[in-house]
Amino acid sequence: MTHSAYILGVAAAIAVVSLVVELLRRRHLRGKYAVLWLGLSLVSLAFAAAPRLLEVLSSAAGVQTPANFLFFVAILTMLAVIMQLSYESGVTEEETRTLAEEVALLRLELERVERAQNDPSHGDEPR
Amino acid sequence: MIPAWNEAASVATVIAEVRAAMAGVDVLVVDDGSWDRTSEVAKAAGAQVARLPYNLGVGGAMRTGFRYARRHGYDVVVQIDADGQHDPTFVPQLLEALTHSDIVIGARFAGVGDYRVTGPRGWAMRVLSRTMSLIVGTRITDATSGFRAAGPRAIGVFATHYPAEYLGDTVESLVIARRVGLTVGQVPVAMRARSAGRASQGVLSASLYLGRAAAALLLALVRRWPYEEEQL
Repeated sequence: MTHSAYILGVAAAIAVVSLVVELLRRRHLRGKYAVLWLGLSLVSLAFAAAPRLLEVLSSAAGVQTPANFLFFVAILTMLAVIMQLSYESGVTEEETRTLAEEVALLRLELERVERAQNDPSHGDEPR
Repeated sequence: MIPAWNEAASVATVIAEVRAAMAGVDVLVVDDGSWDRTSEVAKAAGAQVARLPYNLGVGGAMRTGFRYARRHGYDVVVQIDADGQHDPTFVPQLLEALTHSDIVIGARFAGVGDYRVTGPRGWAMRVLSRTMSLIVGTRITDATSGFRAAGPRAIGVFATHYPAEYLGDTVESLVIARRVGLTVGQVPVAMRARSAGRASQGVLSASLYLGRAAAALLLALVRRWPYEEEQL
């Protein structure tokens, strides 16, 4: 690996770590995502700073080219994160749907109560 | 119950027809985030209006209606489209059939009326109906009909679980009903042509329709429902 490539890798990893830390400080990243991204960015920093680590790990896994090992792990990790986000967005969608339905029903009840107050004779339950 | 999305032009007529066919019923219009005057028109026509803050699709509107029904102790919910396609004079027949089933579908292609869907879309709808009949266990000629009646047990289930996806409101809701042991029946009805809008006829759109229906059906069959073991 050339000297400049090494610097490029470390600089990029440091940039990612500081971005994550800054987002954490501003409370844009929460809970499980905060821990997840902090962990991932620190791991990538470790690989960038110590390329030997990647070589040792990939040969232990039986992969000849370390870069391929890195790509494999990175793609798997991203897939997992994306799946997790899809899952979360599905849960959120169901939650907002329930809220929207409740809002509609509450507004209906509110209008009925208001009508009953303005005109007590017509405010009965619609049955 | 009338789910309505931008149907200001026809909703008042439908409300009046329902009133004429069934004296003394309560009409709930669920306005599915319309941007026209659907809510105002429906209110002026004397219906209760639940207005969703944004468009959820028919399934969302329907679950809102079922929740309302459960909360206020209704034991029958009849669903009618706001576009005037369904004739409320068939409602008494639906209610009559509801004494034998938990859900009754007002179905086209069952002998009454001259509504025909021909060409690829017709084949697609027939394939879907055959499959649904196998799953549900009774003959259904019109699985995607939005003209239905639901009894007390069905109201309880649908107030909690009513899918919001495409075709989920019709196809998947029947699968759910079947899963929890509700019975499904159908009554032949005549349907009027839609006042506005034309269903597409091409081979491509028919295949697309069938594909989406198959996807919705597979999804419905694969999904686990939390109350599957519950005794109803």
